[in-house]
Amino acid sequence: MSDLETFRQETRSWLEANTPKSIIGANVTELDGTWGGKKATYANPDMKVWLDVAAEKGLTAPTWPSEYGGGGLDSEQAKVLAQEMKALKIPPPLVGFGLTMIGPTLLRFGNEEQKSEHLPKICRGEIRWCQGYSEPGAGSDLASLQTKAIREGDEFVITGTKVWTSYADQADWIFALVRDDSSGKKQEGITFILIDMDDPGVAVSPILLISGKSPFCETHLTNVRVPVKNVINEIGSGWTVAKALLGHERTMIADAFGGAGLKPKKKSTRSFLPDLAVTHLGLDGEQLADATMRGEVAQFEMDSRAFALTVQRTKDAARAGHQPGSESSMFKIYGTELNQRRFELIVRILGPDALGWEGEGFDESALNATREWLRSRGNSIEGGTSEVQLNIISKHVLGLPA
Amino acid sequence: MELVLNEDQELIAKTALDFVAENSPVSRFRELRDSGEERGYSAKFFREMAELGWAGIPFEEEVGGAGMGLAELCLIVEALGRNLAPEPFLGSVTMGGSTLALGGNAALKKAWLPSVIDGTKIVALAHQEAGARYDLFKIGTTATKSGDGYTLSGEKAQVLDAVGADAVIIPARTSGASGDASGITLFLVEKGVAGLSVQPQSRVDCRNAAIVKLEGVSCSEAAILGGVDGGGALLEQVIDRATVVLCAEMVGGMSEAFDLTLEYLKERDQFGVKIGSFQALQHRAGRVYMEVELARSTAMAAARALDTGDADAAKLVSLAKAKCSEAYVLATNEGVQMFAGVGMTDEYDIGFYMKRARAAELTFGDASFHRDRWAKLGNY
Repeated sequence: MSDLETFRQETRSWLEANTPKSIIGANVTELDGTWGGKKATYANPDMKVWLDVAAEKGLTAPTWPSEYGGGGLDSEQAKVLAQEMKALKIPPPLVGFGLTMIGPTLLRFGNEEQKSEHLPKICRGEIRWCQGYSEPGAGSDLASLQTKAIREGDEFVITGTKVWTSYADQADWIFALVRDDSSGKKQEGITFILIDMDDPGVAVSPILLISGKSPFCETHLTNVRVPVKNVINEIGSGWTVAKALLGHERTMIADAFGGAGLKPKKKSTRSFLPDLAVTHLGLDGEQLADATMRGEVAQFEMDSRAFALTVQRTKDAARAGHQPGSESSMFKIYGTELNQRRFELIVRILGPDALGWEGEGFDESALNATREWLRSRGNSIEGGTSEVQLNIISKHVLGLPA
Repeated sequence: MELVLNEDQELIAKTALDFVAENSPVSRFRELRDSGEERGYSAKFFREMAELGWAGIPFEEEVGGAGMGLAELCLIVEALGRNLAPEPFLGSVTMGGSTLALGGNAALKKAWLPSVIDGTKIVALAHQEAGARYDLFKIGTTATKSGDGYTLSGEKAQVLDAVGADAVIIPARTSGASGDASGITLFLVEKGVAGLSVQPQSRVDCRNAAIVKLEGVSCSEAAILGGVDGGGALLEQVIDRATVVLCAEMVGGMSEAFDLTLEYLKERDQFGVKIGSFQALQHRAGRVYMEVELARSTAMAAARALDTGDADAAKLVSLAKAKCSEAYVLATNEGVQMFAGVGMTDEYDIGFYMKRARAAELTFGDASFHRDRWAKLGNY
């Protein structure tokens, strides 16, 4: 038996023995997944049990080094673990920006002290992180950010406002871009720093979106005192770190959208969207009654599959040892646009039933679809607009002149 | 399914790209066109490539093939597509060859396949008739039983690589009505037999295509491929394979057309700057880049699906043809627009790619045909 096969069997036995029965098959969405942190609550206490037992084994961050609380697995083993968890219908023990964004950044840019301090707490779900990048005056032009960091001895004193800080109201720490020097080019003089949100100078207020609800907040920093040792990489070199981290974010957004499988809710010979369309528009013989909609649904499904195959091709190439290029920008554009097209189609398939905001006369799933449609309009804006991604592609992939 | 080239495939791809770039730049295609060469391709150059073993890639070793798959053949054809090399890898190797390999009896295989593989014989497949669009089963040509054999009458249109072919495989109706999947029988008809005429057609892409007329052509039972009345399924199977090979050619063509356009954006000055510095053009180029990447993924997946007999293969073939059709047309339309005035001149190569993109799009079904097929396969 190959080593990988042995690993698969051991992993399966361990998962079967250690996963609390009540969480198996749980349909975990972004909202009820385990994000951890000091303010965490658990609708099902077994999710906390699962977090603790998985963290002990290093399975919350399977590929991170074990010395920092990770599982120390290689990419093949991690793939096997993911396959086994999927087969056994086990939800992830922990999700969030610690694992997907700041953790990988610390592994690449952090010093030993920073890694030992923060990574184990991320793996155990003790600290929940949020991101402080955008500002009211710095959206697509992120490098024009103005949050000031003034050096006073071993500390920076930070003042400014960060917007679109997802889940800041539930986070414990924020990783932020601040300006320590405004004398040179705008990309210079930016520092990447870790801030404990317990500081009395931190105030968080939620933002109401067109979809009626959102995870977004505005985070105000007023004379927040942060030790200089919390700077990642060199002072003034935050832009390099930020760009690398945005790559992670784009991959994450692309993974979450578009490429994600559309599965029918009930047993059907059709996939999700065609099934929804047949339910609402009916059949003419064996074909969807509305021929134009039929073409649009097919086009969406095909583009979706083509995108998923392209994501797979990039992953296969990476596993075969090819250097990744700037694909994350392409995935960010195409993946988010697919998600938008998906909800546009769902809303149009539902017809007038999609016009509900709340209350009686509207189906719960239709109400959700409407909110999701509105929310999806932000997908091509957050994490760098599609236009900014196209700038990146034309400069870094196509080599077109500035 | 792994969507990455293994070491052997990397080597094949590199060899093909280098060989075709060196021996068949686009200027060779231009010379062929201007020479009025009736076949539209060089029989000598085709044999040279066959001698490298390229035409035998997807066939079994016992008939002289290399025992590899479509995934490998596609690497060769992609290189040909990059340089618009018109040699008959689609018409003869894939269409004629696959029909023989999948449907031929032992004697037919032995008589024809080794010569298709070594490039000394050309076998075409007459898959369409005028007015049938992409319906493989809309066949008006008839085969009537007469004595021990059959008599074939009818007319085939735009038969690929039929000019100069040593044989043409003719789907004819032995029973049923036009449009039926059953009742179709495939016959191998050798050149020179009484009642057969091959009349070259002049197409926008200058590829080899002909009207093939059958006026009471006698055929023996020994010339039947795939069984009497059983040719429909064989035809569908062969055209799926041909579609995937055509997609590989399209991926090569769209990649080269896009590269040419990028080069031009970087060197052409207007308003005192390189036109590639204009954001309006940069973003459009970015969109083309994405569509080309997606098309490439689908073409790779479809070839591998057919090679492994994947249950999803038919859907993936339609996906590939739809995406490749859209992307090749987009890349060449945008190419001509970005080359602007000179893009409209015959002197520049980008126009060749635009014509080939259109011809390839309208062969074996365009994007809208394949969306319809995708939906049917998905039960809606």
